[in-house]
Amino acid sequence: MLKILEKIPDTDPLAAPEQRAIIDDILERNKDVPGATMVVLSELQSRIGHISPAMQAYVAQKLRVPLSEVNGVVSFYSFFTTQPKGRYIFKFCLGTACYVRGTPQLIDKAQQVLGIKLGETTPDGQITLETCRCVGACSQAPVAMVNEDIHGRIRPNKLPQIIRRYQLKQKNGKDEA
Amino acid sequence: MKFYRSHVLVCVDPECLAKGAHDILDGLQDELVYQGLIDEVQVLETSRIGGCANGPEIVVYPEGVHYVGLSVDQLPFLVEEHFLKGRVVESLLAKEVKRADEELGPPKPKEVRVVLRNCGKIDPENIEDYIAEDGYQALGKVLSEMTPEQVIEEVLASGLRGRGGAGFPTGRKWQFCRSAPGSPKYIICNADEGDPGAFMNRRVLEGDPHSVIEGMIIAAYAIGASRGYIYCRAEYPVAVRTLNIAIKQARNLGLLGDDILGSGFSFDLEVRMGAGAFVCGEETALMASIEGKRGEPRPRPPFPAVKGLWGKPTNINNVETYANVPQIILKGAQWFASMGTEKSKGTKTFAIAGDVNNTGLIEVPLGITLREVIFDIGEGIKGGKKFKAVQTGGPMGGCLPEQYLDMPVDYESLTAAGSIMGSGGMIVMDEDTCMVDIARFFMEFTQDESCGKCTPCRVGTRRILEILERICDGHGKDGDIETLEMLCQQIKATSLCGLGQGAPNPVESTLKHFRHEYEAHIYEKRCPAKVCRGLIHYRISDNVCTGCMVCARNCPVEAISGERRQVHYIDPDICIRCGICQQVCNFNAVEVY
Ligand SMILES: Cc1cc2nc3c(=O)[nH]c(=O)nc-3n(C[C@H](O)[C@H](O)[C@H](O)COP(=O)(O)O)c2cc1C
Ligand code: FES
Repeated sequence: MLKILEKIPDTDPLAAPEQRAIIDDILERNKDVPGATMVVLSELQSRIGHISPAMQAYVAQKLRVPLSEVNGVVSFYSFFTTQPKGRYIFKFCLGTACYVRGTPQLIDKAQQVLGIKLGETTPDGQITLETCRCVGACSQAPVAMVNEDIHGRIRPNKLPQIIRRYQLKQKNGKDEA
Repeated sequence: MKFYRSHVLVCVDPECLAKGAHDILDGLQDELVYQGLIDEVQVLETSRIGGCANGPEIVVYPEGVHYVGLSVDQLPFLVEEHFLKGRVVESLLAKEVKRADEELGPPKPKEVRVVLRNCGKIDPENIEDYIAEDGYQALGKVLSEMTPEQVIEEVLASGLRGRGGAGFPTGRKWQFCRSAPGSPKYIICNADEGDPGAFMNRRVLEGDPHSVIEGMIIAAYAIGASRGYIYCRAEYPVAVRTLNIAIKQARNLGLLGDDILGSGFSFDLEVRMGAGAFVCGEETALMASIEGKRGEPRPRPPFPAVKGLWGKPTNINNVETYANVPQIILKGAQWFASMGTEKSKGTKTFAIAGDVNNTGLIEVPLGITLREVIFDIGEGIKGGKKFKAVQTGGPMGGCLPEQYLDMPVDYESLTAAGSIMGSGGMIVMDEDTCMVDIARFFMEFTQDESCGKCTPCRVGTRRILEILERICDGHGKDGDIETLEMLCQQIKATSLCGLGQGAPNPVESTLKHFRHEYEAHIYEKRCPAKVCRGLIHYRISDNVCTGCMVCARNCPVEAISGERRQVHYIDPDICIRCGICQQVCNFNAVEVY
């Protein structure tokens, strides 16, 4: 038994029965798939939202691969994160089309409005700022993706309204737009 | 089967989704039910080709009427007028001149649709639609009339070359894999499309997934492979969903699985998702990723055809390469080879983006000139500005200036000019673009995406980036250009994979064609395009400013002071030169100098 699994932090998804059931289900369904590590980690990231150190150890144990390999994969791909992110993830596209049409200015503005830097999450755990590569909506440049929504042709002075919309959404307890 | 008198196609591209295409879909359904038309009119989702600038939009067939700029409250009127009373609603019609309109109708004069022929025309989630357009006929022909060798012969004779970057002859690749010893053999479709500004593969995957699947089954038969993977980037969730639906439907009809169409040939397919690593587009890194490992490339040879996925012979091609195959089999190698140039046959899709009037997706015969693409199809530069350069081939490509506009677009010409074909991204830049800044941008990209396995790429790109950043910040010094040239050569010669070997290309091509801009930055401390923040200043012109406060409110660092109706002032010590004030000013009162 890996040491880290002997003492799982209370806040870890593995310590929450519902999330644990999801994790077990993902492992069970995929354990015999060739190249299972990537498949399992992708699903964990999208269903749980992050892959904690304890979860990595758990995956390594269940799939019978070295923990170093699982950790190596998690750290290699930018989609995998080891810490939870905000409810709304603002990803500003830094693809070429968006870059030349003004993403850097948008990022400045967003950092100013939210008072956080790229890669950080607001203290209330609601909004995370990130960048991403081309999302394939270049004709709408500059583009920002908020979770699954795509916002195009954003002008810096319109950005606060967009941010505000998401802040209100969460205040009203409504998740769906 | 139900008979519908009309079909409504609703565009669900990201662009349109962002503008509420889902509400239009639901609203249309509701309204058709309400007006008692739901048994006569079918609502379908579609993936449109090119700019959805005026979305949300729909097309009504059989008339082919194209409505744009819809909102939910217009739907009751639209449904009543169009479907009940049979009258076209003029006010919502797409404007004649818009390319968006013609994209669904006949292609532009210079366009030839082979790969994109079905996109926007058929329901990608319905295999019957594809079959109605001669889908899976090529597969039937291959399985019943042709030997694997004959299939390879046909593809060889067509002259088809890989559409994923390097342009290797596809038939030859298949031959190698067929003759390689070992089993099982694997087929992989590279749908990682990582080049920023490129979205050709996405359209095909979302708009016509079966053409790719059919091409893969044919390739599998030719090579003798029993299992296939489509490696799709995680940024394309819609494509992954569409592919999974298509695979399931093909399986249900016996087009995938055991004993396909009673021929005794068995093959199955699954989708694997990437996780945001650009280098995974490189074939050996991609295979490592499917195996569940870090996506690090390895040296070739051995080539994948000999030693690929799990050490077995593997054929890997791009989405567009496979999508061409069924057409080649059906219409013959001769037909395909009649398009294009002597060495580059067929058509190629390009994603045109940047400072051009008509951005979007096109498919043209190879050999067309850059001028035709940018000025005839793209309708020239936005805002009447001057053309400066076009960047082709993504982060490993190059920037070509005006004198190359009449060059034919084919593999050899682009390489000779210092760029590459790449996967087909084309970014047009106007006179306001700083080429040093662009080189820096691409270097930042490759530096960030370098997997770190080999030193020239990991450290070399970092060194180049540092120098470029220094030049852009106004601290360039004598000798920088020579150091850059030396670094470029060394990285190219010694890197492990195509990422490092291609990474210096944007720097080399800008050094070659826009050397004067580098010199202006270094020796005159001047950015000719007025882009580089370290070399420019903003000020507000006294006699134009109306004192409206807009710039002051939008300044991210509160560098602008001034009362309402009084001329504002930018404090140069606080200003970070982001240019937001200039963008938001309604009176053009902000100047750069
Ligand atoms: C860094 C790097 C990134 C690449 N990205 C892609 C890609 O996104 N899509 C693709 O089809 N090929 C990509 N390639 C090319 C592949 O390695 C490979 O040559 C191609 O998939 C072969 O298919 P084709 O013969 O049909 O072109 C990339 C190569 C390198 C070096
Ligand atoms: S570059 Fe931003 S969507 Fe393509």
